[in-house]
Amino acid sequence: MEGTQYWPFLVYVGAVLVVIVGQLLLSHLLGERHRDRVTGEPYESGIAPTGSARLRFSIKFFLIAILFVIFDLELVFIFAWAIAIHELGWTGFWGAMVFTAILAVGLIYEWRMGSLDWISRRSPAPRETAVRPAP
Amino acid sequence: MNPTLQTLAVTLGILFTLLHVAAVLIWVERRLLALLQDRLGPNRAGPLGLFIIVADVIKIFTKEDWIPPFADRPLYVIAPAIILLTALVGFTIVPVGPGMVVLDLNIGILFFLAFSSLGIYSTVLAGWASNSKYALIGGLRMAAQMFSYEVFMGLSLMGVVILAGSLNLSEIVEAQRGMWFVLPQFLGFVIFLLAGLAETHRLPFDLPEAESELVAGFHTEYSSMKFGIFFVGEYIGLTLIAAMIVTLFFGGWLGPAWIPAPLVFCFKTFAFILFFILMRAAIPRPRFDQMLSWGWKYLLPLALINLIATGALVLIRAD
Repeated sequence: MEGTQYWPFLVYVGAVLVVIVGQLLLSHLLGERHRDRVTGEPYESGIAPTGSARLRFSIKFFLIAILFVIFDLELVFIFAWAIAIHELGWTGFWGAMVFTAILAVGLIYEWRMGSLDWISRRSPAPRETAVRPAP
Repeated sequence: MNPTLQTLAVTLGILFTLLHVAAVLIWVERRLLALLQDRLGPNRAGPLGLFIIVADVIKIFTKEDWIPPFADRPLYVIAPAIILLTALVGFTIVPVGPGMVVLDLNIGILFFLAFSSLGIYSTVLAGWASNSKYALIGGLRMAAQMFSYEVFMGLSLMGVVILAGSLNLSEIVEAQRGMWFVLPQFLGFVIFLLAGLAETHRLPFDLPEAESELVAGFHTEYSSMKFGIFFVGEYIGLTLIAAMIVTLFFGGWLGPAWIPAPLVFCFKTFAFILFFILMRAAIPRPRFDQMLSWGWKYLLPLALINLIATGALVLIRAD
């Protein structure tokens, strides 16, 4: 369809913004306010919080993000192939196959290295050696 | 009718319907879950307990709008707005009837993928800005979950793109006049369903907010309508995934000629929303590491195989 109309989109986004800002403002104006002894503390199931929440977190989260960047960038090329499959024909198909094979090799490598397992099989988790209090 | 006025009516009509669907879903989900778990659910306020929606809205607006003194204020306020914005804007490319679409983009699917992944900023920023331990873990989990399932979400749709030869959603619906794509693309449909559930962090994949482990995950510190917006955003995200499944795999607004096209579309979408609620009642939550490795090890290769098989079959047929 030539000449896509963009103004309905702008109207829509404008209306969405009005709704969101309206909701935030309304609840800000209507809500009660109070202060108590522990109002200003983070919720930790009733236990007094210790330390900040700016913790170090597991490297696994970072590893997953790196894997995502690698794989998602490669998959974007497959999108381009999928939309033009008839024009590219069998030549394009075998090209995509080679590309997918490289992708698969990368995936198998990650799998073998244990990056896809949260708990690595190669380096077993340290045994719990904490001294238990006598019963 | 004046075409400009008509377009305006469709645009605002879609938004109006979406916001009300989100509100009504609160009641639908509670009643249906109660039915599935052999209890009554909300049945006091009004006929069938329908006024619980009004009561909920009044209650949530008059609760204390608490911004924690230890939080990162601007991010804390923006985070809930992002989830609602991306979910609602993602809906603009969904055709609810012939020519009834807010934005008829020729890259419709890419637009949808972009906005559904932008939603991640909401949960991650909420988890970080709250400066609370449960919220931080929830936000991190959401990031990892989204990264893992985003990879093959787009891939599972490429089979449909190959069959239809277009990224435009209206053309994809038109291409399904002979046969719904759920038959030739059943594997793609299942993978997209799972990835969609993981992206909207719905049960059974609600690990970022798992109540039994993380209190409320990334929105532990949120209250009042900011908390409400997370819920509305989740329901609209759910509706968006259901609408996309219907558009891409179940023939969109195609149906018997004597029913108006938008009604057919709404009916099909609602059926999928009910299916999602049924899944919530039926399936327990997986462990986090199981869920991630399941996505990378099984669903990603399956999506690749599905894509290659579809491409080969289409080319063989064309020869």
